[in-house]
Amino acid sequence: MDILITGILLGGTYALIAMGLNLQYGVARIMNLANGEILVAGGYFAFIAYTATQLSPILTIFLVAPLAFALNWLIYRVMLQPLVTRAKTRGQLETDSILATFGLSFIGVGLMLSFFGGDYFSYSFMAVPLELLGNTYGANRVISFVMAVLICGALYLWLNWSRPGLSIRAIATAPAAARLVGIDVKHLSALAFALGGAVTAVGGALISTYLTLDASTGVVFTLKALIIVIMGGVGDVRGTIVAALLLGILETVVASLLDPGLTLAAAYVMFLGILLFRPQGLFGKKPT
Amino acid sequence: MSLTATDIRNLCLSALALGICALLPFGDNGYWLGLGVTIAMFTALATSWALFSGPTHYISLATAAFFGVGTYVTGLGIETLPFWALVILAGGIGAVLAALVGLATLRLSGVYFVIFTLGLAELVRQAITWVQNNSGQKGLYVLTDLDEAGIYWWLLGLTALVLLGGWMIGRSRLGFALRIIGDDETVAAHSGINTARAKVLLFMVPGAVAAMTGAILAPRYVYIEPSLAFAPILSFQVVIMALLGGASRLWGPLVGVIPFTFLLEAVSSNFPNQTTLVIGIAFLVIVYLLPKGFVGLLDAVLHRINKTGAV
Repeated sequence: MDILITGILLGGTYALIAMGLNLQYGVARIMNLANGEILVAGGYFAFIAYTATQLSPILTIFLVAPLAFALNWLIYRVMLQPLVTRAKTRGQLETDSILATFGLSFIGVGLMLSFFGGDYFSYSFMAVPLELLGNTYGANRVISFVMAVLICGALYLWLNWSRPGLSIRAIATAPAAARLVGIDVKHLSALAFALGGAVTAVGGALISTYLTLDASTGVVFTLKALIIVIMGGVGDVRGTIVAALLLGILETVVASLLDPGLTLAAAYVMFLGILLFRPQGLFGKKPT
Repeated sequence: MSLTATDIRNLCLSALALGICALLPFGDNGYWLGLGVTIAMFTALATSWALFSGPTHYISLATAAFFGVGTYVTGLGIETLPFWALVILAGGIGAVLAALVGLATLRLSGVYFVIFTLGLAELVRQAITWVQNNSGQKGLYVLTDLDEAGIYWWLLGLTALVLLGGWMIGRSRLGFALRIIGDDETVAAHSGINTARAKVLLFMVPGAVAAMTGAILAPRYVYIEPSLAFAPILSFQVVIMALLGGASRLWGPLVGVIPFTFLLEAVSSNFPNQTTLVIGIAFLVIVYLLPKGFVGLLDAVLHRINKTGAV
């Protein structure tokens, strides 16, 4: 029970990060491998804000989100849109965007290494025990989870009920048809990419309240987010959340019963299972 | 197989060039030989990488995983088996491993393949670390009488093998099938090519070569531990070198390996903390400035010269 709840708490934040990536991949069609670096940057921001001005990470996210939004919007407009225009096929765009975002990812790590050094960073925010169903958990984990649920919920509502949200989902389903019914695909793709980056950075700020990060941990989170997105199905909010919770629980089970060093290996075995048996995602329909 | 006069001339020239390269250890035994080992190693890795990724456009990041497995084959077997047997064994294990990875991922789109190979080195590393922690063993000592020159000759031999193999694959039915797959997979499937089988078969080549390279280089490390053998940066360096040179020609990667080795060497000795930044910039240069590598650049220049010459 203890393991299950810890797993769900972890999975909540994973869901947020994976939602960010899913927006970028599902709508803007960019497999953003620099996603983890955006996350770590969000974490750094929260860390600096907290140690310098005692600003609570819960408030910092309102600063992180617009900054990350602007940065990602710029990245998309300046670096990725030319690739979208240049690509003749979906496959070529995939290759190009993978290589370009790898480049961005390495540059991100390099910049963070030279600004902040290679040390791990962590700070103590609300590290008080909180009792839940007979067991105690760190209050920071619970608060991060609650925030993640709130943001995921808001995103879900926005995507399902607002006009831009619906247009974004239309692009995710059928980009060519979306253009025919008068949706500005170019503009909304940039918007979705920027929004995805903002969500990921917020996830990073939240995760930094209870996990220790360093400049080069980003790739681990990128991998986890990718596994969740593929497991949940590209462009599927519900699938992403279920997959993130499953991954959170699996990691906690492996870490507490087997060895904490094997968490990524466990995630990989799960990924392999998905690739072999359900490559279309947990809830995806088999392509005919 | 029928050879034209040009083929025979090219083969002789290549053999001559290789023979000259083999003389390096007699000239210098320090810095230049070390650099020669690095270049030979990356030429073998990048050329075999391009054999698969050039025609298919799949980006493989599994090099570090196969390389690490190779070093562990030498590390574990050096007490019981002769070195040459270990290199062959490593090649076999690498090929089998590549076939398994290929069977699981190559039926699907390129993204799945990239992600899976990206984490493969980490997966194997975590598994080996776990086994070591549980058996109480920390690392492995590889003690041989193989010196730097010996390693260099081994790598040069492997490189020659890769180039020859690549040349033969290019002339074979498999190579032809792969070029069609790279151009249009649907067309390939419709003309009766078993696309999955062709891709898996070819992916075994870089798998085997990377494992053999790892096995050959193990004596150079002397002490092997998982974080050293499975360093993920190796996979990225190979991708950059191959694409920088150009994956469309057999000799393309070589054109990328040499300048990039010197560049990294210069950067890491002058600004040791900036290597990640350089790798990042190299990726962007490839995507935005040199999408076809130096080979593509050369082709464009030659094309322009021919055109102006005709006018």
